[in-house]
Amino acid sequence: MTPPPSSAGKTWDAIVVGAGHNGLVNACYLARAGLDVLVVERNDWVGGAATSRSLYPGFLYSNCSYVCSLLRPEIMRDLELPKHGLQVVPYEGGVILKQDGGYLGTFRDHDAHRREIGRHSLRDAEAYDRYSAEVIRQCRFIRPFLLRTPPDPTSLKPRDVQELLYLGRKFYDLTETEMADTVRFWTMSIAEFLDEFFETDVVKAGFCISGIIGTALGPLSPGTAYVLLHHYMGDVDGAIGAWGFARGGMGAISESLASSFRASGGTVRTGASVDKVLVENGRATGVVLDGGEEIRGRLVVSNLDVKRTFLKLLEEPQLPADFVKKVKNFKIRGSSGKVNIALDGLPDFPALPPSAPFLRGDMHFTDSVERMEGAYDDWKAGRWSADPFLDMMIPTTIDPTMAPPGKHFMSCFVQYCPPKVEGHDWTDAERDGFAKTVVDQIAEYSPNFKDLILHMEVRTPREIERETGLTEGNIFQGELTFDQLLFNRPVPGYAQYRAPIGGLYMCGSATHPGGGVMGAPGRNAAAEVLRDLKKPAKDMSDAYPVL
Amino acid sequence: MRRALPREHFEKPLWHTPFHPRIAALMTHEQWYGWGGYLSPQVIRDEEMEYFAIRNAASLFDVSPMVKYRIAGPDAEAYCDRLTVRDVSKLKPGRVHYTAWCDDEGKVLDDGTLFRFSPTEFRLCCQERHLPWLLDSAIGYDVEIAEVTEDIAALSLQGPTSYAVLRDAGFAGIETLKPFDIRAFETAAGPVTVSRTGFTGDLGYELFVPPDQALALWDLLWTAGQLHRIVAIGFAALDLARLEAGFIMAGSDFVPAEHAIRADRRRSPYEIGLGWLVALDKPRHFNGKRALAAEKAKNAFRHCLVALDIDGNVPAEHALVYHRGKREVGHITAAAWSPTVKRNIALASMTRPYGDTVVNDLWVEIYALRELVYSKSLVRARIVERPFFNPKRRSATPPGVF
Ligand SMILES: Cc1cc2nc3c(=O)[nH]c(=O)nc-3n(C[C@H](O)[C@H](O)[C@H](O)COP(=O)(O)OP(=O)(O)OC[C@H]3O[C@@H](n4cnc5c(N)ncnc54)[C@H](O)[C@@H]3O)c2cc1C
Repeated sequence: MTPPPSSAGKTWDAIVVGAGHNGLVNACYLARAGLDVLVVERNDWVGGAATSRSLYPGFLYSNCSYVCSLLRPEIMRDLELPKHGLQVVPYEGGVILKQDGGYLGTFRDHDAHRREIGRHSLRDAEAYDRYSAEVIRQCRFIRPFLLRTPPDPTSLKPRDVQELLYLGRKFYDLTETEMADTVRFWTMSIAEFLDEFFETDVVKAGFCISGIIGTALGPLSPGTAYVLLHHYMGDVDGAIGAWGFARGGMGAISESLASSFRASGGTVRTGASVDKVLVENGRATGVVLDGGEEIRGRLVVSNLDVKRTFLKLLEEPQLPADFVKKVKNFKIRGSSGKVNIALDGLPDFPALPPSAPFLRGDMHFTDSVERMEGAYDDWKAGRWSADPFLDMMIPTTIDPTMAPPGKHFMSCFVQYCPPKVEGHDWTDAERDGFAKTVVDQIAEYSPNFKDLILHMEVRTPREIERETGLTEGNIFQGELTFDQLLFNRPVPGYAQYRAPIGGLYMCGSATHPGGGVMGAPGRNAAAEVLRDLKKPAKDMSDAYPVL
Repeated sequence: MRRALPREHFEKPLWHTPFHPRIAALMTHEQWYGWGGYLSPQVIRDEEMEYFAIRNAASLFDVSPMVKYRIAGPDAEAYCDRLTVRDVSKLKPGRVHYTAWCDDEGKVLDDGTLFRFSPTEFRLCCQERHLPWLLDSAIGYDVEIAEVTEDIAALSLQGPTSYAVLRDAGFAGIETLKPFDIRAFETAAGPVTVSRTGFTGDLGYELFVPPDQALALWDLLWTAGQLHRIVAIGFAALDLARLEAGFIMAGSDFVPAEHAIRADRRRSPYEIGLGWLVALDKPRHFNGKRALAAEKAKNAFRHCLVALDIDGNVPAEHALVYHRGKREVGHITAAAWSPTVKRNIALASMTRPYGDTVVNDLWVEIYALRELVYSKSLVRARIVERPFFNPKRRSATPPGVF
């Protein structure tokens, strides 16, 4: 916990509530523009869902988010994050282990990847390029919108009209077929989309993964094709769709942001939970901490999700009734869990050729779309999945900094884990039951796995929410469905980062363009704040053009 | 049936072709490159010597990585006619033709050669992989389509003495093989299928055998070739010869439609100099016909491919083409100084009407790196006929002995 700065009674230019990576990105840009900025964070550490925590001696856990691709390169560069310690290393392989003893691996080498798919289907092997080209086409359409404030379609302000025209023009630039494909892509299910390219179950299961991560939808639910895009539109050094590890865990991202922020004169106060946003004469004028301490600010930016910001830190009567209703209706269903494990050594997977790079990437055990949908069916019934879907990584196969030599940190992201169990709050026994399904699944393919476990942190949505404040543990601060994107995120009429209360802004993943460790909401919100203050956005470079 | 792909396929992702032991033995500088997942020679010993083997004697190039599909069945002709833009009913058994195929919007997916072995059996050879497209196009046809790249080892024997090599190697009757003929020969290396085709614009042949006969075939040609100055070559030499011959390459001179991420990069056959292939009048419908007919009727092509003769002797690789030295009207897709025609040649993709009706006053901007300094020059380019080089020996039957 940082001691309160000796600035009692002072009025900050801006107070950012929450030191999630978006709060920090926002604070960095505001500080660079010359504002005197305070970030208040409830936890004793920074980062929100992008942290590295030492929960077992010698080990660092990326205990929420675990892989990086979305973080905008413009932000890394503007804020000089490499100088402050950030390094992102691409990962190498990946595999789906099949129930019948087979597997489907991933290779960075194009021909190796084609042949690997060809072991399962020659047709699918040759469909791969077609598929990637189509996904990249869709990415190219969406990427220019990431670092732009969405237009308000009901406004006649020149800027909104201009932005709407931009959106329209981007769409109009498409050929007739592309328009049709784009509209279909944004609305169809990932399974249907994949059916148009592939015939083999395991191949489809592999490409489905990005369509369901973090989303309370199954691979057969409409809208999941877009979710795939959300996971594909990032890059590692220009390699679109590639993912990597932040060296030192995801906390390295947040630490580098905090360091950059401090270097521009900003102040971070951890261990300080905001209880209320102060509102006077319809304007936000500061915050009140748990315990009653008041901190004054000319404006307040909230990094929390919209439900927490408006339903907890504000009083309903302070807000337009219609707005409150929409915030309440904002879909923010928790659907993911996480099991973080310290291992005494690298687990054996006898089904895999030892020379393959599979362990240096994402590993899965769900070999069909049907099994994935089955895992979702359990979620709908309010249960954790009997046959869970895992996105499993062993970052220490690449990153030497997260565990002692020879030991490994394993991150198991579990898609589908309900926010409540059959309607009631999770109990510790149920949490352990959830963990057992995960551990058992891995052990089915790795005989020595259980013996290697040194320590395990199990996180259902209950634990995720408790630590990060993400409502229901929803990893994106709200579902990434089409009805909640662009000018409808988080709420129609309020997509431009301004709350219905003067001087109050939103900068978390609940705003456009959404969740993941991307930084774009934080940056876009800073641009709006500075616009209102009529201050030039210093060090905010233009979004890189999509050539 | 096909062998399953081995689990360890990735350990060396550039596989060896059946001829690899012979090429590796000749290779002096280890200048390899990856061709569709196979280890292929860029240069084996000396690029210039290899190029001159193509134009002066006989060159041997391993084309096994070329993608091959077997198309067979009662509807094979109708299917190929539907798939490709040329009139396949005019392709007789025992003949090959160069062709192209398009998507439904008339954009080129690839170009390649279509071999007809019998009324019901064809082989399609190309650069890119198309199995999903080929299978989808087959719906409703009684035809079987199989990817057979690995099942066939292939050599390209090109150059003025190539006929003499085959004659001396015991290919009885080879003198009667006309350009684009295919025939099976009984040889000391077993049965060999030969077509009089190639990618050099010279006298030349392509030879096909099952992989287990590959080395015997190589040795047969190599031995017979000694008296005829045979040289094993890498792709660098071939690339220059193909430019002189005016041949285009997928991925270099055009982007295959299925891989084009940017819609405006796709090209119709008319836009890449392949309009002469498109048989709009053939009786059967074919993929892309509607779009191509409309494009043709409206003269709506946006681009054209031209052959350029450029002043000076500095190759114009990657250069932009300007009209009146100011307006950007196209870009060079391939360029070289041609040792054989002694001209500075190039292929360029142009934005119409430039290159089509506006053909004068074209300039290219060339950056020549000389001892770490770029010297920039704007030089004159003139549109000329393709191919740049087309010797009579290429088509003479019986071929001469040079
Ligand atoms: C389990 C899990 C796995 C994920 N995996 C990935 C991944 O691999 N890759 C990826 O790109 N994304 C991943 N995500 C998503 C991504 O981590 C989040 O979308 C992103 O980190 C959210 O950032 P944020 O700054 O918008 O909000 P948050 O990180 O939620 O930040 C909000 C901050 O506010 C603080 N706070 C809350 N309440 C208060 C209060 N009252 N007073 C003061 N402070 C408060 C919180 O402690 C927190 O620090 C994952 C998320 C989770 C939960």
